[in-house]
Amino acid sequence: MARLIKTEKEVEGRYTEQWIVVDEDALDQWPEGPLEVVGREVPRIDGHDRARGLAGYTADVRLPGLLQAAVLRSPHARARVKSIDLSPALAADGVRAAVGPDDIEGLTDEPAYMGAAVAAVAADTFGAARAAIDLIDVEWEELEPLLDPDEAVKQGSLLDESVTYERGDFERGLAEADAVVEAEYRTQVVLHNSLETHQSIAHWEDGGLTIYISTQYIWGVRAAVAKQTGLPEDKVRVICLAMGGGFGSKNSPGDYTPIAIELAKRTGQPVRCALTRREENVAAGNRNATIQRITAAARADGTLTALGGEFVNAIGFSGWSSSTEGPMQMLYACENMRTVKHSAKLNLPPMAAFRAPGFVEGTFGLECLLDELAAKLDIDPLELRRRNYADSDRMDERPFSSKQLAECYRRAEPHWQRRNEVRASSSGPWKRGVGLASQIWYGGGGPPSYAWVRVGSNGHAQVVTAMQDIGTGSRTAMAQIAAEELGIPVDHVHVSLGDSARGPYATLSAGSSTIPSMGPATRSAAADAKRQILEIAAQRFNLEERVLDLKGGKIVSADGGAWELTEITGLLEDAQILGNGARGPNPTGMRVLTFGVQVAEVAVDVETGEVRVDKIVAIHDVGRVINALGASSQVEGGIIQGLGHTLSEERLVDPHTGRVLTQSLDAYKLPTIADVPEIVTDLVDVPDPHLTNLGAKGLGEPPIIPVAAAVANAIRDATGADVRSLPISREEMLKALREAEAKKRVPVGTASS
Amino acid sequence: MIELEVNGQRYELEAQVGRSLADVLRDDLGLIGTKVACGEGHCGACTVQLDGVPVLSCITLVHTVGPRRVTTIEGLRDHPLVDAFVAADALQCGFCTPGQIVTASALVAANPSPSKDEIRHAMAGNLCRCGTYPKIEEAISSWQG
Ligand code: FES
Ligand code: FES
Repeated sequence: MARLIKTEKEVEGRYTEQWIVVDEDALDQWPEGPLEVVGREVPRIDGHDRARGLAGYTADVRLPGLLQAAVLRSPHARARVKSIDLSPALAADGVRAAVGPDDIEGLTDEPAYMGAAVAAVAADTFGAARAAIDLIDVEWEELEPLLDPDEAVKQGSLLDESVTYERGDFERGLAEADAVVEAEYRTQVVLHNSLETHQSIAHWEDGGLTIYISTQYIWGVRAAVAKQTGLPEDKVRVICLAMGGGFGSKNSPGDYTPIAIELAKRTGQPVRCALTRREENVAAGNRNATIQRITAAARADGTLTALGGEFVNAIGFSGWSSSTEGPMQMLYACENMRTVKHSAKLNLPPMAAFRAPGFVEGTFGLECLLDELAAKLDIDPLELRRRNYADSDRMDERPFSSKQLAECYRRAEPHWQRRNEVRASSSGPWKRGVGLASQIWYGGGGPPSYAWVRVGSNGHAQVVTAMQDIGTGSRTAMAQIAAEELGIPVDHVHVSLGDSARGPYATLSAGSSTIPSMGPATRSAAADAKRQILEIAAQRFNLEERVLDLKGGKIVSADGGAWELTEITGLLEDAQILGNGARGPNPTGMRVLTFGVQVAEVAVDVETGEVRVDKIVAIHDVGRVINALGASSQVEGGIIQGLGHTLSEERLVDPHTGRVLTQSLDAYKLPTIADVPEIVTDLVDVPDPHLTNLGAKGLGEPPIIPVAAAVANAIRDATGADVRSLPISREEMLKALREAEAKKRVPVGTASS
Repeated sequence: MIELEVNGQRYELEAQVGRSLADVLRDDLGLIGTKVACGEGHCGACTVQLDGVPVLSCITLVHTVGPRRVTTIEGLRDHPLVDAFVAADALQCGFCTPGQIVTASALVAANPSPSKDEIRHAMAGNLCRCGTYPKIEEAISSWQG
């Protein structure tokens, strides 16, 4: 039965209260552990298409009469357009239309960051459009940019009001402590750099508008486009059949979609607006920099008595302020806490969610500080974490729907025990060590989300839902879930997704929410189809419906009877059975979270500052695992992005002008295959008993979260140096080594391990 | 008018001087399996083979190709590495994957059982933002000619 409830909806750690219609989740969970199809290693069902270059990405869509747009973006971090003349561009060869700041929202004559869109043209070829952009006559008045986050906080240039969170009595906690550590951690700006750049095509047709877009949320784009154009939502069709990566940066229509829409309207032809790689590195969002000035205090036995600090999110000109303080608030059972978060608004390109925004940064600070505390107390770092284990959510005392972090720690033990052996393998300038860090994050998904399952006369099924597979393998997961419920092989299931005109509403693919939201909806749709098949079979075979089941492609009865599924579905001829499914509500009064721990082994050349990560063991609790193969790929991918964040990636900006210096992939250092350590994935794979008919949580984000802290802690174990700033370049490493050397010369009271 | 031999087919076409091989393959010949992710020679997504040698088609001017045989992912659709990549899950979003397979197939043609270091050396110019590298290594080493 559908119910209207007011509920908290969580995306990327942001909660909003809203009314939603939810359907009961009437199905019992499957038993724990690998089943026939679910929980097994299943290669992606669209793998061959993607590998052969046949999958239709937005970048590959070709339409008759398609024009190409190019965008004039501000070269200045802060400026005013005193005058702009589009006519030389309009007069150029092949140019069909041009728009400026007065024409649409999203183009501005007061650019407040380098890369802000000012004007755009559409031409027959991208080359012609690009050339025409250079002909636009602009008179800029350059203004002084605000670039320093602390300065912005001081001046009150804030994106949001500062947020203070308190529990217990922070000062008393400090007073009760036997040891207090304080440090300042900094994290840099990193860029998503999905290989398919942000882009869309706008095509006005049949009195409506079709948008092809590389997006993580086709329904969000549909709503935004309807709003921009004034069209009814059902006149806007949004299509994303295959998608070349997003990592959080493609949740909205961006500036390129409104530009394409307006240019298409003016020309009467479809228009593509695709960012170049250089635009992608400037104007497509980023993980904002942070400054974390934090304190941890504990009694001699390791019990945390106080945690707190000041967090500055250096956000850029727009975006939102992610929860950098979240891990500190949520990970441990600490009674006394005070966090203050400032959201500095700067003349720098806007942030966009990037794989566990806030928690990646905050976990680096918190988990490094805990190791500094462990050293000061002379307590084993893993033991310190166990002693402060949180049994319920400390934010509002809600119980966890499930938490297997203790099991993760248990599984980490043998890897952690290698410490002495690894350290002893140091040789010459190469010092080796082991470090670990814990992970906490959301990832429970939620309603509303819907799916249909059609079963045809051949007994094959088609899952139909307008979600998107952004490369995580969610398409394959849906096929597995439907196959499991219907008792048919996974290659008898097809999945149709990515088109708002061809399927029901589905969640956005962000916040590790696709599988925990869409998986239960798909199972419930498959179960609805199954129920109908069994009802028909019962009538046909003169049996009671409750003795029948679907297994191994057959209809089986409790007394051993078995009929081919097609004996019933064959009756349908060209028609189909249609199952309808919805995601049920989240468990009330409970906190749904994911957990984990990673253990890193590193080697540091103390002469050159080179850091080499040899091995990462990733142990995570994400509830039930749907596809063991795809899950290990998600873990590896998250860790490799995490290693880029830790060691090599950094968007550099000229400190005076605010211009982005790292605009190409030779300047911005993504990890390559040569940088990859041994990665061991170990997923606890116990369904969350309270969460949906699957017990599955999301896995996209958790693996990236603890990487930087685990590596930095391993570096401390190897060298005694505290690295407190990312990325850990050679320069940064050598600086930390020099500081450690200097500290050694000044004797301090407390022994370190 | 230029002549191109692509995947064993001969084409005659008009192409303005200065156009890249990638653009001609994608826009004129409709061979969209070749992806362009940076357009300036930094990522490897656009890799094709010229006489069996991997090159970056986004920075190869179409007029410099001459009589060399062009092989794109479309010409390698039935290469056993395609199955090996899918079986190993060596692709996530898949945008880099055609380029990876074009490079890898040139590697195994020259060196049927490459070592881990040889694989890493040969593949280091093909970026994958999804981080499929461990599985790419596995796919190439699992493949037995
Ligand atoms: S597209 Fe050619 S190297 Fe990136
Ligand atoms: S699979 Fe996405 S970039 Fe390689």
